[in-house]
Amino acid sequence: MDPQTIIAKRVALELRPGNLVNLGIGIPTLVANYVPPGLNVFFQSENGLIGTGPIPEQGMAHPLLTDAGGRPISALPGASTFDSAMSFALIRGGHVDITVLGGLQVDAEGHLANWMIPGKMVPGMGGAMDLVSGAKRVIVAMQHAAKGKSKIVRRCGLPLTSARPVDLIVTDIAVIGFVDGKITLLETAPGVNVAEVMAVTEAELTIPDKVPEMKI
Amino acid sequence: MKAISVEEAVAKIPNGATIMVGGFMGVGTPERLLDELVRQKKSELAIIANDAAVPGSGIGKLFDASLVSAITASHIGLNPKVQEQMMAKKIAVTLVPQGTLVERIRCGGCGLGGVLTPTGAGTIVEEGKQRIEINGKHFLLETALRSQFALVHAFLADYLGNLSYALTARNFNPVMAMAADTVIVTAEHIVPVGVIAPDHVVTPAPLVDYLIANR
Repeated sequence: MDPQTIIAKRVALELRPGNLVNLGIGIPTLVANYVPPGLNVFFQSENGLIGTGPIPEQGMAHPLLTDAGGRPISALPGASTFDSAMSFALIRGGHVDITVLGGLQVDAEGHLANWMIPGKMVPGMGGAMDLVSGAKRVIVAMQHAAKGKSKIVRRCGLPLTSARPVDLIVTDIAVIGFVDGKITLLETAPGVNVAEVMAVTEAELTIPDKVPEMKI
Repeated sequence: MKAISVEEAVAKIPNGATIMVGGFMGVGTPERLLDELVRQKKSELAIIANDAAVPGSGIGKLFDASLVSAITASHIGLNPKVQEQMMAKKIAVTLVPQGTLVERIRCGGCGLGGVLTPTGAGTIVEEGKQRIEINGKHFLLETALRSQFALVHAFLADYLGNLSYALTARNFNPVMAMAADTVIVTAEHIVPVGVIAPDHVVTPAPLVDYLIANR
């Protein structure tokens, strides 16, 4: 299984029936592919839609129906549309159950940095700061390391997305949570052992007696 | 509301104007007004919009023609021309979290001085802003935004100027239609009064100054 599939499949296990879920651009978008049928999860697109459906078939795209990246999508039966003030009232107001975002760094306190690299990349924060500040549960879906460097660090060097800590980190080799405020290894990916995860993690992980394997 | 040609409408916009432009990555953007801004070479524009779209589309066309001196937006990352002009210091870019941006515009249109939001507290967005603690939680005071012009794109406009929107093309449009001195609207369809049922009017007619007539 490739790293992105591992991450997307594992995040999908976090979704519960009836959840309102916002998926960020990149790996988080893939989560929708692994939602079990019949779970009745609502996906929000921040540009003003609840009930996003799959990419329409060739020739069926509607120019006024797109995702937050401007790509054509479809709307499922029961979908609703609204303006940006409503969309972010839902986000900031705690009505979104789960937000899944990509990350550049997450630190031992759960702080996420995912919106700029000073001097190199300044795309803007889009909706990320509102999502992390306001969603009930924040899940970071990202590769564990980039170019051999751990993305799970002692302290974020990059500008933070929010002062509010995230709830769960899902990577291609591990699931990491915050138990009693301590960054804790919760699961490892199939075929990966605890020592291997520790070796490529900069932050000092708390290791429980038993660390189960991801059930993906 | 007055129905006028796109040429007449854009002629009312001076160089250096502050302009809100509806749309999200070019969807729900008043393209005909942007094309005419480019044709009339209106320059030094200060744009307020969600994003900078991509070159060749939506607001991107204004950057292609180097007509913008400042932009306030939540995201510019998908338009390399804006990144380029920002790095060359040809344009001033103010990045605002998307939810904060729309609330600031909403405040501007609703007679409010600003809004208290938790978004950005404890990050670099907080710099230079007043931080207010309420019941132990930190909020930033984000002030209202208004502009001289709002360029809005609707799905339906009736002969009076009542507007409704379609799908994800609604986005910032109805909020911006409240927050500018002069509101100029393009619509996919212009329809007789009554076609938009009262319950389906999103932007009431008195908010619209000019509707761009069909050719």
